[in-house]
Amino acid sequence: MKIEFILNDKKRVIQVDPASRLLDILRDDFELTSVKEGCGEGECGACVVLMDGKAVNSCLIPAGLIEGRHIVTMEGFRKTERYKVIEESFLKAGSVQCGFCTPGIVMSTESLLRENPLPSEEEIKEALSGNLCRCTGYNMIFEGIKLAAERGKGLW
Amino acid sequence: MVEGFRPADLQEALEFMAKHPSIPIAGGTDLMIQKARGFGLKPDFNKPLLFIGHLRELRQISVRNGNIHIGASVLLNELIKNDKIPEALKMAVRQMASPPSRNLATIGGNICNASPAGDTLPYLYAADAFLVLKSSQAERKIPVGKFITGPGKTTLKSDELLTEIIIPDKVFSANYYKKVGTRKGMSLSKASFTGLADIESEKITDIRIAFGSVAPTIVRSREIEASIIGKPVSEIKNAVPEIVKKFAPLIRPIDDARSSAEYRKQVSLRLLENFLMKLT
Repeated sequence: MKIEFILNDKKRVIQVDPASRLLDILRDDFELTSVKEGCGEGECGACVVLMDGKAVNSCLIPAGLIEGRHIVTMEGFRKTERYKVIEESFLKAGSVQCGFCTPGIVMSTESLLRENPLPSEEEIKEALSGNLCRCTGYNMIFEGIKLAAERGKGLW
Repeated sequence: MVEGFRPADLQEALEFMAKHPSIPIAGGTDLMIQKARGFGLKPDFNKPLLFIGHLRELRQISVRNGNIHIGASVLLNELIKNDKIPEALKMAVRQMASPPSRNLATIGGNICNASPAGDTLPYLYAADAFLVLKSSQAERKIPVGKFITGPGKTTLKSDELLTEIIIPDKVFSANYYKKVGTRKGMSLSKASFTGLADIESEKITDIRIAFGSVAPTIVRSREIEASIIGKPVSEIKNAVPEIVKKFAPLIRPIDDARSSAEYRKQVSLRLLENFLMKLT
């Protein structure tokens, strides 16, 4: 199946099995390895990317569904001012330990702040409820997101 | 490699289905896991995929003639944000999966997947929802309880699509929903419960009770509901043991990886008790 979509601001045309997972297309065909496979069933959030600005699990998306959509991975997002604020805030709050879950968490953070630039603690927890982290115990991640929302006021 | 087809509109989708046995795929969140083969591998579908998530006809929410019409490809997160959607349905959807999955999953998918643990189902049964099923030749409208016949089983024909969910636009004075899972986010229901009721002049004028995850399909009993309607609120407290006793034989859960039959039965009947006591 021929699919046309926008990946990190570039138009792409691919010939692909319509059942292929977006996760594999991103990692294998485009070498975007920030996108991780954790559980492969939509439970861990390690493969979260943005589709039309919203967080989605790329392991659950068949190729046929991305026609005409805008996909953004952390490789594309890291060129933005908003990414820099999230990165600095996560470093300051100690939000990153082993780092495996971090790209998914960064994309869920961007999706949350786009919709809700000043989220409450409850809203942050809800937005991150699909991202598992086995190192931090989450508190430092929530702190990092709060810090990003404060420091990045006006960017979202 | 399986074939994939992206129709331009609903008519084209139905015409494709009439000619080719195919698998309709809207959000894909259930299907991609059911057909998964493992890490780094594409899922194993044995028929052409028909993509329907983008079809405009299936993405509308509107209120017409006292009914709420929800397109089958409306996303779960869109339901939460839409002010036409009844609160009791939102209460259930907010607890489904996680935000990234709710940005993909559709209400039509949750219905067609026909899981006993489908979390939109107790509400849809309680609200007397109807489903519109279309083929290129015909259209039929049936109650959700007549559509789902068992775990994963529906009366959907191979050339039909679920296009719309119709819910009577009725506001209830009591809206109750509880889901029991291992944790709050990302859990499948061990048990779920929807209760709707109307109280006028201190009397129960309408009551709907639906249990999820405790039988092959959602449990609702119009007979028991009818026996409660008309009772003064002041008598409910004394009637609770009797009502619980009537429902008990209908709650027939199974033991599985998520929970035990005994736990499910006990907790479901206690949720019923809790709902009834809240009315008093």
